[in-house]
Amino acid sequence: MTWLGLYNYWIVVVLMMAGFYIVIAQGNLVKKIIGLNIFQTSAFIFFISLAWREDGTAPIVLPGVTAYANPLPHVLILTAIVVGVALTAMGLALVVRIHEAYGSIEEDDIHQQDEER
Amino acid sequence: MRIRNLLAVTMLTGIYSLIVAVLFVLLDAPDVALTEAAVGAGLMVILMLGTIALTTQEERRQSMRHNLLALVVVAITGAALIYATLDMPLFGDPEAPAHVHLSPRFTQESPDEIGIPNMVTSVLASYRGIDTLGEAVVVFAAAVGVLLVLGTGAVRGRGHGNRGRARREDQDEAP
Repeated sequence: MTWLGLYNYWIVVVLMMAGFYIVIAQGNLVKKIIGLNIFQTSAFIFFISLAWREDGTAPIVLPGVTAYANPLPHVLILTAIVVGVALTAMGLALVVRIHEAYGSIEEDDIHQQDEER
Repeated sequence: MRIRNLLAVTMLTGIYSLIVAVLFVLLDAPDVALTEAAVGAGLMVILMLGTIALTTQEERRQSMRHNLLALVVVAITGAALIYATLDMPLFGDPEAPAHVHLSPRFTQESPDEIGIPNMVTSVLASYRGIDTLGEAVVVFAAAVGVLLVLGTGAVRGRGHGNRGRARREDQDEAP
């Protein structure tokens, strides 16, 4: 039953697939971006759970403690969160621009208008 | 139950980010949790509220499409990922490769080398300083991108998009 200790990865996979499904199947552009966000956070949780160790503490020096969580994934994810929000801002700006041009943020409407032209 | 009000969806996204931040605290990553709470639950929600204010608050009905195909694709991808996790080290295992290879170098020596008790800060600002510079470049590029996409709106005024499309139609009809 040792494979039960892999549950952190399974939570990540479930979250990631939920985000993936929203990105594919959801027609509303704002909700698509939220799906992308959920996908992102699942990757964050993956890295942070890799850095965690049972016998360790947060990577800040404490007298008498030798085992710390791995600080390297923390730094990568710190960077990734900021980059992720930059990406989201860019995507939302495109949504606003699409709404200006088409008057809708529903994928179906936009495709329909494109075909009519 | 499906929520069609995008304002409610945005609030739920903020709550989700806060829960993820709490999870990061529990996983011994307080710096990441702070960033997630400030950026994910704060800035992201503000951006989405701005988008909703500029576009529309209600989602049209029946915007879910070709559900079955999407479900099959997602299920296959998920199964492949689950299969891939079977080779991974167990959750929290102190002997995992992530803890025996690079981690000791940073956790044992960085407090003396850099002189900051917080190892995440020393890695971020010193060992991986160039990465942080790259991050700043990405954020700058995104800011420039957003300004290029939206910033001319004040000059252009609303409704320019339709005129632009009309112009493109004229060009299409021309030989």
